[in-house]
Amino acid sequence: MIRAASKAGLSAMLVVPLTGCGGNWQSALDVYGSAAISLKHLIILIVAVCSVVWMLVMIALIAALWRNRDARSSSPEPGRERRMTMAVIGAVVATVLIISTFTVMSFIATRALTVASQDDLTVRVRGLQWWWGLEYVGPDPSHRFETANEIHIPVGRNVRLQLEGLDVIHSFWVPSLAGKQDLVPGRPNELTIRVERAGVYRGQCAEFCGMQHAHMALLVIAEPQEDFDKWATAQRQVATPPTDEEAAAGLRTFLTKPCAACHTVRGTAAAGTTGPDLTHVGSRRTIASGMFETTRGSLAAWIADPQTIKPGNNMPLVPLTPDELRAVSAYLASLK
Amino acid sequence: MNRPATAPDTHDTDIARTRLTSALAKTWKTPPGFWGALTTVDHKIIGRRYIFTAFVFLALGGVLAALMRLQLAQPEARLIGPDRYNQIFTMHGANMMFLFAVPVMEAVAVYLVPLMVGTRNIAFPRLNAFSYWIYLAGGALLWTAFALDMGPDVGWFAYVPLSGPQYGAGKRADIWAQMITFTELSALAIAVELVVTIFKQRAPGMTLDRIPVFVWAMLVTSFLVIMAMPAVMIASTGLILDRLVGTHFYNPAEGGDVLLWQHLFWFFGHPEVYIIFLPAAGMVSTMIEPFARRPAFGYLGLVMALIATGILAFGLWVHHMFVAGLPRLGDSFFTASSMAIAVPAGIQMFCWLATLWDGRPVFKTPLLFIMGFIVTFVIGGLTGVMVASVPFDTQVHDTYFVVAHFHYVLIGGAVFPLLGAVHYWFPKLTGRMMSETLGRWSFWLIIVGFNATFFPMHILGLEGMPRRIYTYQPDLPWHGLNVFVSLSSIVLTIGFLLFFINVFRSARFGEVAPDNPWDAPTLEWATTSPPPSYNFPRIPVVGSLHPLWDDRDTLPVADGLRTDRRELIVTTLASAGPQAREASPRNSIWPLLAAVATTIMLIWSIFSPWAVVWGSIPIAVALIGWFWPKGTPEDES
Amino acid sequence: MREKIVLDLGRLPLHGMGTGSVTWWGTLAFMLIEGTGFALSIAVYLYLMSLATVWPINAPRPDLLPGTLVTLILGISLVPNLLISRWAEQQDLRKVQIGMVIMSIFGIVPLIVRIFEFPALRVSWDSNAYGSVVWILLGLHTTHIITDLVDTLVLAVLMFTRHGPNRRRFGDVQDNAMYWNFVVATWLPIYGCIYWLVRL
Repeated sequence: MIRAASKAGLSAMLVVPLTGCGGNWQSALDVYGSAAISLKHLIILIVAVCSVVWMLVMIALIAALWRNRDARSSSPEPGRERRMTMAVIGAVVATVLIISTFTVMSFIATRALTVASQDDLTVRVRGLQWWWGLEYVGPDPSHRFETANEIHIPVGRNVRLQLEGLDVIHSFWVPSLAGKQDLVPGRPNELTIRVERAGVYRGQCAEFCGMQHAHMALLVIAEPQEDFDKWATAQRQVATPPTDEEAAAGLRTFLTKPCAACHTVRGTAAAGTTGPDLTHVGSRRTIASGMFETTRGSLAAWIADPQTIKPGNNMPLVPLTPDELRAVSAYLASLK
Repeated sequence: MNRPATAPDTHDTDIARTRLTSALAKTWKTPPGFWGALTTVDHKIIGRRYIFTAFVFLALGGVLAALMRLQLAQPEARLIGPDRYNQIFTMHGANMMFLFAVPVMEAVAVYLVPLMVGTRNIAFPRLNAFSYWIYLAGGALLWTAFALDMGPDVGWFAYVPLSGPQYGAGKRADIWAQMITFTELSALAIAVELVVTIFKQRAPGMTLDRIPVFVWAMLVTSFLVIMAMPAVMIASTGLILDRLVGTHFYNPAEGGDVLLWQHLFWFFGHPEVYIIFLPAAGMVSTMIEPFARRPAFGYLGLVMALIATGILAFGLWVHHMFVAGLPRLGDSFFTASSMAIAVPAGIQMFCWLATLWDGRPVFKTPLLFIMGFIVTFVIGGLTGVMVASVPFDTQVHDTYFVVAHFHYVLIGGAVFPLLGAVHYWFPKLTGRMMSETLGRWSFWLIIVGFNATFFPMHILGLEGMPRRIYTYQPDLPWHGLNVFVSLSSIVLTIGFLLFFINVFRSARFGEVAPDNPWDAPTLEWATTSPPPSYNFPRIPVVGSLHPLWDDRDTLPVADGLRTDRRELIVTTLASAGPQAREASPRNSIWPLLAAVATTIMLIWSIFSPWAVVWGSIPIAVALIGWFWPKGTPEDES
Repeated sequence: MREKIVLDLGRLPLHGMGTGSVTWWGTLAFMLIEGTGFALSIAVYLYLMSLATVWPINAPRPDLLPGTLVTLILGISLVPNLLISRWAEQQDLRKVQIGMVIMSIFGIVPLIVRIFEFPALRVSWDSNAYGSVVWILLGLHTTHIITDLVDTLVLAVLMFTRHGPNRRRFGDVQDNAMYWNFVVATWLPIYGCIYWLVRL
């Protein structure tokens, strides 16, 4: 049953192009993660109660203004002040009851959110200006690998995210899966996510982090365990050496130009750590933290002029000849 | 003042009275011209100036808001680049909080509180003049920096490390931090003046339970300023030191802490909300009386609610840090305390409703704004209850939901009462009435425009739109609502424009106002509109909470104050019994000179720590000149 | 509105002393502001201390001598300070003049010792957060002393001029004495924080 559902979800995901997704793929109201689902219930309940309260206040206001609108003089009526006092006290008591209920509900909901156990899959998420560095850590050190901006998770399993801010404060938020959690330099945080439905869920940095705060998205891709395992195995591999001449030229350019100073491509001499690990960049759906779909064209456009596309980001403009640009983008696109 | 023509001793009284008022006018006057403007210590002139300046900053901040709405009306718009946009939203927030909202409330109090408590001038009038100049300098610093493309770009709460030495390049964050120093200095000065004015300069007989609610609100607010502002001054001093001389308060690599900033900032920042809201609540409680034509219901409850809010305000700051990763148990405590603030807010709301229920409403513009306030502020309060819940907050924190929430609280909860207050006290400020027709039009445009602009932001936030993004990608489903919001903001803008037009038109051509056009019960309406430099020819003697409703023909007054020197009455704290005749300082240029010296020192210290040493010398000189006795009658004892 | 005179204020004094003076209340309000500032600075110290694994961070404990000396001097200064307050209340010009000179000296001497206190912290403000916070605590309090010293000096000069024999001045002297008590009082928790907390 769940399998069929996840299959359906997966195929649905495949037909929907990455850009122009029909649904709210980054929304606290369109929820699939178990945390986000229970949060949505809480949100709807609280909003409903509050709406009723607002309407009652409005009725009281309208009635108050309406009833004496034409009165010429007030008729002193014995006991009115006392009745009004009782009414105000009653309203205050109702307020106390409502907020007490909300407080208890919040407390219970908070406790339900913080479940994580040791055997959960652990991903270290690092917030940087303006991209997400990811490190999959497992019990076996050889299973460790790095990637960026795209978190794959198996459906139906708890995934523990260890959140670290490496430069300024960022905030990890994939609203369809869970509430947000800050990445604070010097103070590691944790967040557990779990989703039962395969799919692509978009998230975005939620704490103002400088110039390109607006372009710091990430994707969470939930897939069945076997697909996830396949993906993880592939990611652990070093980069496949280029097969055609153009890509080989691209690799040479990549290594001789400043690219390699900031980026790592495992299996080559490129071992920079300032920028995202590019070992399998061609397999990722987006580049530049969710700005474009990964294609040869978008890679070339990005490399040609990163400062116009994403002003202020830390990738400098590296002057390349048109041939070099073509070769490098061909090489990067080939890094599946 | 109207004099009964039938009084038997009209003639003698007339002569005595003319002699009295002309002597007072001579003693208390502000000389005409430029010099007079620079040296005046009249709380009314300074208050008006303060209010005017604050509204200029409101208009400037509104222009910034319009620019943001223009940029966000379409995805990936290239109208404003990220660097400028970040400056714009930082400026908008900092400007609205530090240069408009807090100062305007204090400014209204500077004008009104001495009148409402029945004294001749505010306590420490020279400090009052100094405060205005410092405020003006702080505002000028911020806006000049912005004009030079050096405006702060780190958000109005300037979180480290983004604002710290490593990531906040240039002098932008320093300008933000120093602007804080300017505005805090001016706010603290006014807080001290108000506390002392309210404690010691109330008219004889104005016991604690006869103080108008607005004055109570300003008393509580002043204490909030006194207790909260030092936190942000310490925070921003630490930031400047980290940036300038290499201290490590916020550097986790050297034992500092990033969240220390947030704790300090919000220990100030949350009370700041009440510093803005409590005066507004006080305005509502005071304005509602003449328009409901009955005393505000539950005076004791209203005052206790103000005090309770003031105390609770210091126990909520962590709710701005629910997703920062603090211990969950602590977070739950702050959920409870944040929810609890709904109780005093509720008490006030129910008292106002009860007042209207039992009253006979007069539908003038101020009452319309009170209605608008109730409609919108209740929404802001309820969304406040929502974000007080930790789990709820994890989804909406730092999204447009929060943007919507605090605009409902600050515009609905503070600006609407303020606009009502401008209509209400305008005759006292200028001697002319504001136009009712224009008032109504601006009210309806503002309330419709406001709700259409800000309500959809709740939905945008829940749909995942974070705050402070300069643009968004076209594949996100936010475009439609953003267009709607941007279009609605035009309506809101027109409403505000009408309001400003009304103000300027009425100030010149408005109907001439009588002393008490609204039949209001508080003392500021016992004198002329606008009041003379000495406020009251004779200080009123107060016998109830609504002195002008007790006897609509006669005002009990006290006699015996000297007219050859600036003199006012000091009364006892609780029972307001006369204690002494105290001198009130004359006009002086020294406050301006001290403010100039302070401004030089503060701006210089952005660039060099030695400025603190050398820059202090002229300040000390100016202060000595300020306090040195001049042998005037004011110095007699 | 017609005025009805119900109260004659002509007999009231031309200046209130003590709680009848607005300056007294203003001084109190400024003390509240500064007290809050000091309390928060100490809170920052305790906060950073609670986060650190070792405290002081990479530094020896501060030397006790100069700080303790300042504490002693400030403590002794309370005696003439309380006396001057009483003399001012009695409006005894001669004694107040002498007292102001003494109090000026009592303002200068701790500042001289303070010069040796900063190096005795044995850490620089830019070495780590511990250094930063002890320097700011000491710096704040030094500013506090300097401010009151300037006030004292100006007032001392005033007392020797024709403006001296005036109830208003005596009131100022009392307010200044009250403020000095406050300067001493704020020092004690700071002293305890900087020198003794690290020795517990």
